[in-house]
Amino acid sequence: MSPDQAGRYGDFGGRFVPETLMSALYQLEQDFARVRNESGFQAQLRELLSEYAGRATPLYEAKRLTQIAGGAKIYLKREDLNHTGAHKINNTIGQGLLAKWTGKRRVIAETGAGQHGVATATVAALLGLSCTVFMGEEDIRRQALNVFRMELLGAQVQAVVNGTGTLKDATNEALRHWVEHVNDTYYIVGSVVGPHPYPYIVREFQRIIGEETKVQILEKEGRLPNAIVAAVGGGSNAMGIFYPFLEDEGVRLVGVEAAGEGIDTVRHAASIARGSKGIIHGALTYLLQDQDGQITPAHSISAGLDYPGIGPEHAHLHASGRAEYVPITDQEALDAFVALSRDEGIIPALESAHALAYALKMAPTMAKDDILVVNLSGRGDKDVDSVRAYLNQGGDGHGTR
Amino acid sequence: MERGRIVVENALRKRNGRAGLIPFVVAGDPDVAQSLHMLRILSEVADVIEIGIPYSDPLADGPAIQGGAARALASGMNLARARDLIAQVRAYSSVPIIAFTYANPVYKTGYRAFLEGIQSVGADGVIIPDLPHEESGELRAELARLDLAYVPLVALTSGERAARIAKTATGFVYCVSTLGVTGERKQFAAQLPALVQEVKAASTVPVAVGFGVSSPEQVAELAQYADGVIVGSAFVKYAGMIGAANESDKGRLLDQFRAFANDLARATDKGEK
Repeated sequence: MSPDQAGRYGDFGGRFVPETLMSALYQLEQDFARVRNESGFQAQLRELLSEYAGRATPLYEAKRLTQIAGGAKIYLKREDLNHTGAHKINNTIGQGLLAKWTGKRRVIAETGAGQHGVATATVAALLGLSCTVFMGEEDIRRQALNVFRMELLGAQVQAVVNGTGTLKDATNEALRHWVEHVNDTYYIVGSVVGPHPYPYIVREFQRIIGEETKVQILEKEGRLPNAIVAAVGGGSNAMGIFYPFLEDEGVRLVGVEAAGEGIDTVRHAASIARGSKGIIHGALTYLLQDQDGQITPAHSISAGLDYPGIGPEHAHLHASGRAEYVPITDQEALDAFVALSRDEGIIPALESAHALAYALKMAPTMAKDDILVVNLSGRGDKDVDSVRAYLNQGGDGHGTR
Repeated sequence: MERGRIVVENALRKRNGRAGLIPFVVAGDPDVAQSLHMLRILSEVADVIEIGIPYSDPLADGPAIQGGAARALASGMNLARARDLIAQVRAYSSVPIIAFTYANPVYKTGYRAFLEGIQSVGADGVIIPDLPHEESGELRAELARLDLAYVPLVALTSGERAARIAKTATGFVYCVSTLGVTGERKQFAAQLPALVQEVKAASTVPVAVGFGVSSPEQVAELAQYADGVIVGSAFVKYAGMIGAANESDKGRLLDQFRAFANDLARATDKGEK
């Protein structure tokens, strides 16, 4: 499914931005349609994805985890093995090249935990682009190491002090900056969010995750999986792995939202479970808001899921019933984080640990010859400090053992 | 009393070469009492007043107006209270009032309910900076039904869109003076006069210019070719100072605010030059 001319997926999406940006969005749409079909662009993209990012990533059968969960066979799509440690690089290579091919010499990006910021700074260094990353003051404090990484890569990190000082505000500020510099700056949006055509472009650069998964599972098992589970903040890793399976009705698609301290508390990031329809960062989607339409703060132990909205294509997949969205709490994610570390020797990103936690609930309800694929979207090196602090505080992290 | 789009248009039709002054403040900034004092002062010099209904994520605003929205929300301002505040201004003044807010509060409330709500307290139209032409069909239909002003923004980057957007306006067209968000600037884009001319040629309603206007000199410059001049951040800065001041200093700051508003109003009169 492609968005319609208005950039809508069903009711969702669109272009809710200041007039100053409208021409740039149409230009971007045209540029993307043209450049993506040029053989030189395709060759460069293919080469960078394989030689630089390290694709294809393995589809790994997690035998010990399967045994412990006691049910469906669990496969992990190892996006954590990409250069810079997550799926984010698929998109930044694609959009970085697009910036280059359209003559832009400067890129900007928003970042929460710093993963997209690092992936953007990396590609900017590689392609010789000047790079500014907007990051909330609170996130800068929490993720000092990623700030240093970005600076090491030659990017300028711009602190965002307004609002709650997190990803939502960094995105606002990146959009404001783009309004002012729209003539010479390419904005590399980090997820399947924002005004059309961004949710479409980002999904197109991330769908390689699902395309590889499909080929790999057919090679290994000779059939499609029964279910695919992926974490959803904005939703780019989930959209990337879901998209090539949308027409395969027999494959259950499960997006996992961050339930924080619980969806019945005020501290969560479950835009679908507890949000309502509204407009955030240029798109009509589900978001956390009060009755007057003021956006309310999100919470998750995982900075990458700590976002009060969700990509519009996910909103549509929820409304149409093609995908289901389920909540996983901080504690459940921590338990899964520890479980994967101990049982498979893989330290997952806290984002991916949410998907894993739900897979561990789901697998025992499925038959032994069923197949469950989890998108292991990133590695957990960035999270070990905060997990250590949490475990020392008294969270036991041993729930599965 | 006649209200709605027509009073906005009439207020900005040029009289003796004078341009209209359109001040902007945020409802409830820094608090309801001071906000009412400021609106009382503005109602005496303004041709149209823009009242901001504060929003948590004001994408089109620079630091000054973001600060105003944050102060207002912190003081407890919400949609119902903003309507009360508009009603209080309307009780003593017939000045046209345009509500300025963002797409999400309007969408969440419902286009019809939102517009009927502000019309019932005497507002005459709306500006919603993140609802571009393509997304504003339902809003425009409801505004037309209620005879309220639809004030769209036209930007320096609008290109061929400018004339198309200008034709949809009622009340006035809002020309954005610079690339970027709201906030004071030293100078306007060189292409601004040409943009205003193009929009004027396409539109049947007055054409105002805003973003970045903060001094009497700038107002006088824009008054040469625009029907109205919008000044926001420079007024909102006073609200910040008043909010931070001791009780004993607030009166003095309000006097300065009044003097500043008077200076700007005088600058709209080209005859003075």
